[in-house]
Amino acid sequence: MIVNTGKSSPTKARINRLGLESKVYRGGKTTLCAGCGHNSISERIIEACYAMGVNPERVIKLSGIGCSSKSPAYFLGSSHGFNTVHGRMPSVGTGAMLANRDLIAIGVSGDGDTGAIGIGQFVHLMRRNLPIIYIIEDNGCYGLTKGQFSPTADQGSATKTGVINDLPPIDTCALAIELGATFVARSFSGDKKQLSAILKAAFSHRGTVMLDVLSPCVTFNDHEGSTKSYAYAKEHDDALEDISFVPFFEDIEVEYEPGTTQEVEMHDGSKLFLKKLAEAYNPLDKLQAMRVLSETRLRGEYATGLIYLNPDRDDFLTMLNLVDEPLASLGASTTRPPKPVLDKIMASLK
Amino acid sequence: MAVSDLPAQESLVEGPSKRLVNDFSIKVATVNGSGSQTANLVLLRSIFQMGIPVSGKNLFPSNIAGLPTWFTIRVNEDGYIAAKKRIDFLVVMNPETAHEDVLALQPGAAVLYDEPLQLASLRDDLFFYPVPFDKLVANICRDAKLRRLVRNMIYDGVLARLLDIDMSEMEAALSRQLGRKPKAVTLNKGALDAGFQYAADELQKRDPFVVRRSTKTEGLILIEGNTAAAIGSMMAGVTVVAWYPITPSSSLCESLIGLLKEHRIDPDTGKATFAVVQAEDEIAALGMTLGASWAGARAMTSTSGPGVSLMGEFAGLGYYAEVPAVIFDVQRVGPSTGLPTRTAQGDILTTAFLSHGDTRHMMLFPSSVKECYSMAMDAFNLAERFQTPVFVMSDLDLGMNTWMSPEFEYPNEPLDRGKVVDTETLEKIGKFGRYRDIDGDGIPYRTIPGDEMPAFFCRGSGHNEWGQYSERPEDYQKNVDRLARKFETARTWMPEPVVEINRQAEIGIIAYGTSHWAVVESRDQLLEENDLHTSYYRLCGYPFRTALAAFVQRYSRIYVVEQNRDAQMLTLIRLDLPVDFGPRLNSVLHYTGDPIDARSVTEAILLGEGYRVQKDGAVSSRGSRSGQAGVGGE
Repeated sequence: MIVNTGKSSPTKARINRLGLESKVYRGGKTTLCAGCGHNSISERIIEACYAMGVNPERVIKLSGIGCSSKSPAYFLGSSHGFNTVHGRMPSVGTGAMLANRDLIAIGVSGDGDTGAIGIGQFVHLMRRNLPIIYIIEDNGCYGLTKGQFSPTADQGSATKTGVINDLPPIDTCALAIELGATFVARSFSGDKKQLSAILKAAFSHRGTVMLDVLSPCVTFNDHEGSTKSYAYAKEHDDALEDISFVPFFEDIEVEYEPGTTQEVEMHDGSKLFLKKLAEAYNPLDKLQAMRVLSETRLRGEYATGLIYLNPDRDDFLTMLNLVDEPLASLGASTTRPPKPVLDKIMASLK
Repeated sequence: MAVSDLPAQESLVEGPSKRLVNDFSIKVATVNGSGSQTANLVLLRSIFQMGIPVSGKNLFPSNIAGLPTWFTIRVNEDGYIAAKKRIDFLVVMNPETAHEDVLALQPGAAVLYDEPLQLASLRDDLFFYPVPFDKLVANICRDAKLRRLVRNMIYDGVLARLLDIDMSEMEAALSRQLGRKPKAVTLNKGALDAGFQYAADELQKRDPFVVRRSTKTEGLILIEGNTAAAIGSMMAGVTVVAWYPITPSSSLCESLIGLLKEHRIDPDTGKATFAVVQAEDEIAALGMTLGASWAGARAMTSTSGPGVSLMGEFAGLGYYAEVPAVIFDVQRVGPSTGLPTRTAQGDILTTAFLSHGDTRHMMLFPSSVKECYSMAMDAFNLAERFQTPVFVMSDLDLGMNTWMSPEFEYPNEPLDRGKVVDTETLEKIGKFGRYRDIDGDGIPYRTIPGDEMPAFFCRGSGHNEWGQYSERPEDYQKNVDRLARKFETARTWMPEPVVEINRQAEIGIIAYGTSHWAVVESRDQLLEENDLHTSYYRLCGYPFRTALAAFVQRYSRIYVVEQNRDAQMLTLIRLDLPVDFGPRLNSVLHYTGDPIDARSVTEAILLGEGYRVQKDGAVSSRGSRSGQAGVGGE
């Protein structure tokens, strides 16, 4: 059995498979509102990175602008971070991953940052299947500018001042599936178990992980009449499956009755166990995923869990056929062609 | 068969010169999409191969097929390669513009035209050469579909005969142009011969324009600025390229893709030591460039004015968060969509201050294809040394037209990756703070994700010298003051200006980029025709070197020559110099979309110097200087 270092002796501080304590994964003190769903998500990211033994020196944290985009400062304080411009984090993340394919990118965006100003870059990020964990901290409103609707606000949802949203929402999960993302999930900041399992699985996937997390804004969008409040989300959370995650480095047997649970192997050998709930749901089935998203939306519910997984599509860096060594660390002897090359070019121009 | 022994014909031209050797211009008027580019380049190259200096400029529409396009070739023994106002030899293949093109000629010009157009009756002060193109092409090409493509090669053959261009050079140029398509070579060779033979049999040489073999192009190459910049970028060791197609910059990245695929694939694994991404727009292109540079790559993008406008926000991020980036701006005519296929130097002020807040950007101003090559390498070094976006301000004329150049030299200097922290530096500087000014030059030290050095949080929001979020007034001011100090440091790192001081000169000329070539020729015109001595300062980069102030101080009248309406470089210079220097600066502005020519510069300077210049360019004696606001006494 592989040693599960998470269960080491109680006298010593708990350390993970890299020998790191969980505090290494903490960040600066949050400046978001008390009770903000985003803080719970930061906590889950910290836990997932610790549990998966993610090397913080290889992580890059990326964000756009907004409350959500502040949060990378509040986890993984020893990792590099880049708080970019509004709605344009995908391009910066793409460039960084081109430069160094060994990095692990965690992008944190919001529903405005993604669905409004950033929808263009979001669309193309999904198309490329860049290796990145792209998290939308989704509260249906602009928090930092005091509560205006965002494009994920549901039709009929009300602002604090009673204004009703007349426009249909953008379903970022449906969009991501349609566009080519290979790991699409939705969760709720209040569902610790589900969100943790999905985040851990996200680190085992090579390709774009698009994770939409309902994350209520306690200040501007947590009232009666809002469809992004804690109460509403809890009431209308329609989990597709009961998720367990077993990382590749842990030797854990999971027993289940045949026919009740779907076992999914991730790129790094980790395993997801998806226990079926009401409907027999298969996240490898794209059409079923789109149908379920559409049906739950019509019922005013949120389908949560692993919605879609495509383990077969190449990620963007693979498509580009890059050398194994990060481009950023290639020396001039590799990147500057020798003199005969220039001589040959010059001769061809005479 | 050489035709150089043709007897000089009775000339219609007034005056003594019966033969004008190696000094004339050709303009070919065609319809775009008709395959005339091959014929034009063969013509250009064949003259170049005969050792005679040439320059070729393509005036084309923003369109794929069916609109008028012109290609001008200047042949000049003395090596002047700026645009020439006067057209000496017109080739008319486009019925739509035929009349207008012919009527615009000065007396004494020659016109080779498609016979059915019946142009000869339009004027009686030109030399007309009718050629029945359809009849000739029908004889050599049985496939009607292909006729359209080889038809143009016939005028090359006619010109070879009329201008005395060596047919073997034409054939060599043709093989070079279409070398990989033997069938096309055979077909075009037939057209070339048919044209030559027709001229020999049916046309009598009457105009004075001829070429004579020379030795002035030995060792030179022919290349477009965009290709030169692409070679420079490859030699700079670029690893990440993100771009969005836009005229006139597309061919830069397209050339680069070709070069990288040929020379930067690891021979052992067949894998790429580079990544090229066609982004969703220019915003994303610069975002990817910044992300890649932040993560340690040498990254670049290439665009034109509309793209620069879109890049504004990211450019500000690059400046304030101090992330390297190389951006080629191949300028075209604005504002807005403007004239996408015409040239200008109109993005100078926009780029210098691109983005909101107090922002300044470093710019390089290549004048030649050789500088497109060398400044591409400079740009990467400067971007990493100063950790900031660097803009290479090329233009359509330089980027897309074909220029003669000395061969490019292989770079001897190592790549300058700037102040990147390693273990040794970390010991030296003590505690790492991303924006600390350790060396007093305003340039901080940086670490790179994945390099196992201390991490920092890169942000476009307010930060202190430790890279922490800060809204404190003193932190903000200290930081932007350091950025200003960094920009001051950059002055001494910019490429040196090219300065020519003439001790007899009373006036100075300042120019940059492609305006240089018109200035070179104009200075000779001013001296030879008007005995007017000038000194010259060619700007190569921004921030300006301190030598600029010394040059301006030296002359009470300075002419800043540039290709925009609003005297953008003059404005930038004025901002940089003491206020009382301002009145010394006068503008020579050219903003038609066509490349600037020497005669226009000469006339503008003569006007400024108090000469009377008539509409036809005739200059009368120098009167009292007037009309120059604020010029001091001598």
